[in-house]
Amino acid sequence: MVDSHIWMIWPNNAVLSVITLCLIGIAFLYAGRRPMHDLIRSLGHSVSGPLRLGARSLVAAANGIRERNRTVLLAHGRAEVGQRIEREFERIGAIVTRDLQGYPAMQRKLLDEITRIEEDYKKCGEVPPPPPEWVEAVTAVAKVKATGNEIVQKILEEINASISKMHDKTIGEYRRAYESRHKILEGFLPFWRSVDKTMTQVDKKLSGIQETAGSVDAHMTKYEEINKKTDKAEHQLATSGFTQFAIATIVMCVAMGGAFVNFKLIALPMSEMVGAGDYITQSLRTSEVAALVIILVEASMGLFLMESLRITHLFPPIANLNEKMRHRILYISLTLLVILAGIEAALALMRDMLIADKQALLQTLASQQQTAVSEGWVGRIPTAGQMLLGFILPFALAFVAIPLESFIHSSRTVLGVAVVALLHALAFVLRVLGNLARHSSRVLITLYDVVVMLPLLIEHLVRGGRVGVPVKSRSMSA
Amino acid sequence: MTKRNVLAFLSFLAAAVALSGCADPRSHTHAVYMLVDTSGTYAREANKAQVIVNYLLGTLQPGDSLAIARVESRSFSEKDIIAKARFDTRPSQANMQKRAFKDKMDGYFRGVRGTAYTDITGGLIQGAEFLNETGAGLKTILIFSDMQEELDKATVRNFAINLKNIRVIAVNVTKLKTDNIDPRRYLGRIEAWQKRVEAAGASEWKVINDIEHLDGIFKS
Repeated sequence: MVDSHIWMIWPNNAVLSVITLCLIGIAFLYAGRRPMHDLIRSLGHSVSGPLRLGARSLVAAANGIRERNRTVLLAHGRAEVGQRIEREFERIGAIVTRDLQGYPAMQRKLLDEITRIEEDYKKCGEVPPPPPEWVEAVTAVAKVKATGNEIVQKILEEINASISKMHDKTIGEYRRAYESRHKILEGFLPFWRSVDKTMTQVDKKLSGIQETAGSVDAHMTKYEEINKKTDKAEHQLATSGFTQFAIATIVMCVAMGGAFVNFKLIALPMSEMVGAGDYITQSLRTSEVAALVIILVEASMGLFLMESLRITHLFPPIANLNEKMRHRILYISLTLLVILAGIEAALALMRDMLIADKQALLQTLASQQQTAVSEGWVGRIPTAGQMLLGFILPFALAFVAIPLESFIHSSRTVLGVAVVALLHALAFVLRVLGNLARHSSRVLITLYDVVVMLPLLIEHLVRGGRVGVPVKSRSMSA
Repeated sequence: MTKRNVLAFLSFLAAAVALSGCADPRSHTHAVYMLVDTSGTYAREANKAQVIVNYLLGTLQPGDSLAIARVESRSFSEKDIIAKARFDTRPSQANMQKRAFKDKMDGYFRGVRGTAYTDITGGLIQGAEFLNETGAGLKTILIFSDMQEELDKATVRNFAINLKNIRVIAVNVTKLKTDNIDPRRYLGRIEAWQKRVEAAGASEWKVINDIEHLDGIFKS
């Protein structure tokens, strides 16, 4: 048995032994103070140095990736906006061709109508000829003084009667003339309306072109900003990328739900085609994998269909094909999709039949009397619904290509940003750890000096007494 | 064909080979061999056996196997197999086979006759032989009996049998009159069979007396 009091210098005095040992220890620690300080400091540096270096390299890597992300983002944005501008120009071209190709005819019609209106207006301006020169004669007669002579009186009365008659006749002619002019003016109305309508049409079409031109202007501004590589453009593109990623993810989830329903529709009847006894894994039947493969083939056909329709641009070789080959691929993929949809509809029908057969068998086994209930057309609704669903879902799945493309393109942006954020976070952690190691070494050095405080104080006093001036402790200088 | 196309084709081939290598080579089918005891008074329980057969027909999947054999004075014979079938992997064909199987069994149960002796061991050996031949992944012998073996003097069954990787389930083990007098006889009989079956290498031994809960047949 080892004696537990072996460490005691003074066998019967533990306190004195401890104090003595402490003093010896402090003396040793004081003697090795400088090398120990150097050791702790070097340890701190050796730990913190690589950590800080690692942090710096991570930040550099993050900056590199960010720069690359920026380049890719701007290039992608440039291509996208360029395509959009191209489409806008195509639209403008189509609008101009559609609306303004009839412009010469419209202009001719407008000119004809204006000419006619002008002519009619001129006709309106044609006043009836002025009264005959008898007006002057009447004026002269009117100046004749009434002297009471019967002859003169009679002549004047006759003149008055003639003038009154002529006046009535002239008034009648004037009225007829105005009536005809009013009729001409009334005839203006349809022409004015036609002119007004034509002008409204022209105005509307020109406004539409103006709006489209405004949209092109906006896109061009964006394009210029992207070309200038401004932060605003980068921020806009990144935000757009995140939004697209979120939307594409939601749509893809919905599509996956549709694919799951599709899978459920054809998994059971597929066992009728490939058998139900083979397993790929412990719980995954070959028939289920076959059903999955059919769904994936449908999705692929949809992808090719969208690609050949130039709705998506996931496969450059398809996009680069000539028109003839592209149309061939379009018809082939569409035909295959229709065939697969037909197969799915048939499988959906078979599923219904298999379930009904199984149900009938179970009823027989349970010795239950089968009730011959005629369901009529109502009972056929689920079967028809399943068949319809089986036929429609492949076409609906074909449209997954659109969100898939958005997902793939936007995930580059999102993943890039996520990697940069991760690298920055790692760099931050490494930097914190480096600083912690460096400061820990300082704390340890101070703690060391606290332990050897007594000899340090003595050294301080001795040096102070020898030199006559206060000396800073070594610990302070350290 | 360019080098790139060749590489793509080879990659596709490699993927196809890898995928085919993923196929699970183990058999996932289930084979059931049911021994129906028709000896003595137990022949009256035949209607319960019919319920169990119907349950099996309703539960077994396409690709599974089922055989029903009677326990007679000497049961180690193919002639004692009343009906057997390996169900087609196509569900529609399997359903038709099940219907035919049921009709055959209904015919048998209508004219079931009692036998003088009960050779359960012979039936077990015959059952094990049948199940091993099916190559099924899960093999089960159902013994519809009171587990009271009675052999004539000439029949030899007191030797070790091989039931390796086979589940043995005793169903509807009824109590005899003597069991009611001394339940230790019943318990001892069950225990003796358990020891014998486990000694033969059976993967499981189970007793199901409640035929309302037959789902235990397929639960390990």
